[in-house]
Amino acid sequence: MAHELTHDDAHGHDEHGHLPFLAHHFEDPEQQFDAGKFGMWMFLVTEVLFFSGMFCAYALYRSLHPEVWTFASQFLNEILGAFNTIVLLFSSLTMAWAVRCAQKHQRTGLIVCLTLTLACAAIFLGVKAVEYTHKWDIGLLPAGSYVPQFIMANQHHEGISPWLIRLSILPALCVIGFGGWYGWSVMNKRKYAAQIAGPLLITSLCYFLGVGIGIAFQNAEASNHAVEHHAEEHAEGEHQHEEEGHGEDAGYHQENEAGSDHALAASTEEHAPSVAGELLVEENVSLVSTPADRLKAVPITMVDQPGGAGLFFSIYYMMTGIHALHIIGGIIALTWLLVRAVRDDFNELYFGPVDYVGLYWHLVDLIWIYLFPLLYLIT
Amino acid sequence: MSESTNSVADTSSHEEHHGFAHPMPVWQLLAVFFALVGLTLLTVWQATLDLGSAELWVSLLIATIKASLVILFFMHMIHDKPLNAIVFISAFVFVALFIGFTLMDALQNRDVLEFKEVPPANPPVATSPANVP
Repeated sequence: MAHELTHDDAHGHDEHGHLPFLAHHFEDPEQQFDAGKFGMWMFLVTEVLFFSGMFCAYALYRSLHPEVWTFASQFLNEILGAFNTIVLLFSSLTMAWAVRCAQKHQRTGLIVCLTLTLACAAIFLGVKAVEYTHKWDIGLLPAGSYVPQFIMANQHHEGISPWLIRLSILPALCVIGFGGWYGWSVMNKRKYAAQIAGPLLITSLCYFLGVGIGIAFQNAEASNHAVEHHAEEHAEGEHQHEEEGHGEDAGYHQENEAGSDHALAASTEEHAPSVAGELLVEENVSLVSTPADRLKAVPITMVDQPGGAGLFFSIYYMMTGIHALHIIGGIIALTWLLVRAVRDDFNELYFGPVDYVGLYWHLVDLIWIYLFPLLYLIT
Repeated sequence: MSESTNSVADTSSHEEHHGFAHPMPVWQLLAVFFALVGLTLLTVWQATLDLGSAELWVSLLIATIKASLVILFFMHMIHDKPLNAIVFISAFVFVALFIGFTLMDALQNRDVLEFKEVPPANPPVATSPANVP
């Protein structure tokens, strides 16, 4: 009991001598906490308004060209999106739990919760890296560089993307650095250094865990497509599948084959410019499976171009990219918290920094809660 | 390490009378998390249905329920000062104004000006230069 900090201590004694965390311009720890918290909410307001600019661009473009969104959204992998959503939700749970640990002065619990939050952030970024680099490989780029998916030859990529390797250089350096630091601190019995280096090593390894999970999901989907493709080739005659892949599965495709092929052939003839018509060779369009009825209103060739789907990807990269930058900012803030948690800075009267970073982290989660259905789940 | 374990044992018994913190009960954190996961699965599932134009609004509704759970419980707004809640909620009022007015304007915009048919007060005089001798 004697070493415990109580609320009365702050008032009763010479404040600044007893409470090293209390800044001298505050009456007591509660006032300090409330002031910080109010400031944090103000910052979150500016964050909401900042993101609202991008949501406004989204709403404007989607309301004017809904067909572009239904077309382009199919290139996003919703399984990876859903997985990342759950990872972020879990990180929000561990963050809220970390605040609870700080409020109850549970040092070990706080370190564990912060580590889990950092690990989830790294997994999120790893999955995101796989998503991004896959899109860069096949030309799903912002408006200026967008490669039409149904007209140009499909740049299908085998193996690991060179972009992914480039993006992974920094995390790899982190693994080496933190691994070395952790090994050094364990060998020299530096307990506190090990408690910082260990979680950071786990975090950098979790980026690669995320990359692995992302590639696994992506390959699963690719092999699904391959199975579809195979089934089609068996079911069909030679020449009919120029715009292949109308069904989500092979069975659906076989049943509807005659009708939808006919409709698509007609639409290609009607709407495709002559250049596009020449480029449409049998093999080059094996990327997407699109229910034909989805696109009946506007021909693909009108949408599948830099000014159409390319603009969708501009908005997609801007929104998810800024969000990913916020995740990286959160990782830096969480690392700072981790160092202070190891130093045992937080207690019942001083847990403000954990709470503030927590608020920020939940806001980043909040934005993803909206981004996920708005970008990935358009049908 | 031993000191911090001590203080954990000390404080866990009387968390209510202690300081100004409101630690969330673990069951509440877990309940919110599983509710959020459930709603995520729900929104993925509803995307497979064909709801037409309602789809956007249904998915936004689910996202807003999820956001409210996060704000109320994970962000502790339920225990927070009303001023903080007012400040934060007001941001969304301004976002609604911002996006609402932009969309209102954009949806009224036309590529081609549409002139209304106005009956002429006087019969028009044909003074096309081509007709002038």
